[in-house]
Amino acid sequence: MMNRGLGSGGGSSSGKNQGGEAVVEMFPSGLRVLVVDDDPTCLMILERMLRTCLYEVTKCNRAEMALSLLRKNKHGFDIVISDVHMPDMDGFKLLEHVGLEMDLPVIMMSADDSKSVVLKGVTHGAVDYLIKPVRMEALKNIWQHVVRKRRTEWSGVPTHSGSVEETGERQRQQQQREAVSRGEEDGADDNNSSSVNEGGNNNWRNSSSSSSRKRKEEEGGEEQGDEDASNLKKPRVVWSVELHQQFVAAVNQLGVEKAVPKKILELMNVPGLTRENVASHLQKYRIYLRRLGGVSQHQGSLNNSFMTSQDASFGSLPTLNGFDLQALAQLPAQSLAQLQAAGLGRPAAMNSKPGLHVSSSIVDERSVFSFDNPKMNLLHGVPTGMEPRQLAGLQQHRMTIQQQIAAVRAGHSLQNNGMRMPLASQPQQPFSRPQQSSIRQPMLPNRSGFSGRSSIPESSRVLPTTSYTNLAAQQQHSMAFSNFQQELPVNSFPLASAPGLSVRKPHSSSSSSSSYREEFNSSEAGFSTPSYDMFSSRQNDWDLRSMLSPHQDSQAYSSSSMSRNNNTAVAATDHSRNHHQQTPQGMVSHHQVYGNGGGSSVKVKSETMGFHEQYSNQEDLMSALLKQEGIGPVDTEFDFDAYSIDDIPV
Amino acid sequence: MQRQVALIKQSLFDQGYLDEQFIELEELQDDANPNFVEEVATLYFKDSARLISNIEQALERGSFDFNRLDNYMHQFKGSSTSIGASKVKTECTMFREYCRVGNAEGCLRTFKQLKKEHATLRKKLEQYFQASK
Repeated sequence: MMNRGLGSGGGSSSGKNQGGEAVVEMFPSGLRVLVVDDDPTCLMILERMLRTCLYEVTKCNRAEMALSLLRKNKHGFDIVISDVHMPDMDGFKLLEHVGLEMDLPVIMMSADDSKSVVLKGVTHGAVDYLIKPVRMEALKNIWQHVVRKRRTEWSGVPTHSGSVEETGERQRQQQQREAVSRGEEDGADDNNSSSVNEGGNNNWRNSSSSSSRKRKEEEGGEEQGDEDASNLKKPRVVWSVELHQQFVAAVNQLGVEKAVPKKILELMNVPGLTRENVASHLQKYRIYLRRLGGVSQHQGSLNNSFMTSQDASFGSLPTLNGFDLQALAQLPAQSLAQLQAAGLGRPAAMNSKPGLHVSSSIVDERSVFSFDNPKMNLLHGVPTGMEPRQLAGLQQHRMTIQQQIAAVRAGHSLQNNGMRMPLASQPQQPFSRPQQSSIRQPMLPNRSGFSGRSSIPESSRVLPTTSYTNLAAQQQHSMAFSNFQQELPVNSFPLASAPGLSVRKPHSSSSSSSSYREEFNSSEAGFSTPSYDMFSSRQNDWDLRSMLSPHQDSQAYSSSSMSRNNNTAVAATDHSRNHHQQTPQGMVSHHQVYGNGGGSSVKVKSETMGFHEQYSNQEDLMSALLKQEGIGPVDTEFDFDAYSIDDIPV
Repeated sequence: MQRQVALIKQSLFDQGYLDEQFIELEELQDDANPNFVEEVATLYFKDSARLISNIEQALERGSFDFNRLDNYMHQFKGSSTSIGASKVKTECTMFREYCRVGNAEGCLRTFKQLKKEHATLRKKLEQYFQASK
């Protein structure tokens, strides 16, 4: 079928530019949607609505069946829409499975509009969250998530090993095509610049699948013939169940904390798999574990993992895109915080700093990376009970790490030149912030500012959680790349350049962060985390309010309307403080915060998340996160100001 | 007949039995799918009858497993919302609230009311569809 991906009708995605124009009209019709809901009435209505949008719909009333459908036909779908409450399997679990195994964008939906559930959706990596009753307008725009994901995947490929030139070329073409089909010039720009590695995404239809094909996945390169395999650079590896099991086995063998990509790679002994692939998967895995451990808890373990991954694979940082970011993105504010904490913690742990004991938690997590692992108490990086000084220490660590990351990135980015730091893109909000800040600030080589956040305007606000690590890295990168970025055509297509942060604006039509985005784009240039579109859009639209209200379609999150605020949210937290940017008010939910690097334009819809306060510094953010995490029913109240580290109930 | 249809429909909205979601559904109806709304409604009543009976059994048992009851009701609320059954949805919400606080008496009362609304809506919609043919 023509491009399996979007625009099946128009063949927009077919990597070849032929008929690009034609594609434009057809796109996004033909989008292959899998909808999962145990309620037959809803299922029928959704099917009808999706058909009216000219999508190809497959209905499913059981999660298990949906998973097996997806597994049997890995590239048979472009996007999945799933209900949250289902009898045979929790919707979030399905979400995770899909994210890990197939790497498809997943939209959650539910009649439940409580913030905590929505937040959970974000943390688990949903690209959007629709409140029932779902309206047509909300569904009409779901294709943007597919596009976004694809873009990030392409640009995000950090592992550019080699044929950068050829790949880049291809990518450029590819992107151009896409851009044409999408009618966005920005995209083209972005793509071109970032094309570099992941090259392969010639077909953007199966971004991951095609890339993975090249890569040699477990499946053994099935469809190799289909796409432009020849030019595929480093196709994304699709982590099939078997591959993942091998991975888990290797990790467990090494020990969660000690599991470094290089060793895991050796143990796995899968030809064609690169260290970067493993590194990014490891990050995701850690996040997953963390999540299992209980998002509410401030488990710092994730942080460790996070950091570890980062440290371990600096080189792979760039690779953070897609997967990593996704993982990060998935983590809601809490997660981010955790991640950050983890990130921080890690360094701390590494430097034998007290406080975050992330590493230890990682062990737990690791052992359980099974989809049914219910309680992983991963210390998400939230430095529960972290003393301020520890926090500071962490921050410093972070900074160091970040610096390192930045350094690495700089190296990478420069190489990639067009490479948009996938990270940037993905972590959408959370990351964006940091990045932005970095750019803003005259290259802060070391984010030492984290603790004080003073120096780094970036979104450091973002809780030190691991997410920040990425962010930090990103920021660092941004800094490093700032000039670099300038060249990147970032802005117009936020996706391309700035990951998640406001970038999504274009898609989501979020009003607030547009300006924000611009900034991000530039700064982020490299950081577009491929996978996290969601974040970006989310960030922009993190408007809980809107989420609550039935579908606001225009935003990226159409129904979830998360978008609008995201940008702001993120920005708000941190940027407000440091940056000249219009500090968004209120911290946007955690996720947001991170994402909006720029923060300036993002007017965080505090109301949505209730984060009205801006975090002046990490501590605040941290407390906020902690607070959110587990301090109590955070729900609407993200009032971080009131919390100080000490108050955080560990 | 047309007029009657319009009247019935109007009253359904005026009295709050249906909300704008129902209109959304009607918009999905077209020449290719001329009976879409009726099909959805039929499916809804069939499915909700099952849910009602489940809840009834659970309540009769007297054990009041609020979690389970809440689960049923969540499903019920979801489908009722999807077709725009406004009053039914309200009762669902109330029922869930009683579950949340563990008020068995409240649950029973609300459930009775809910069944009544459900039955009324069913009848009215049947009339409506009949008149539309």
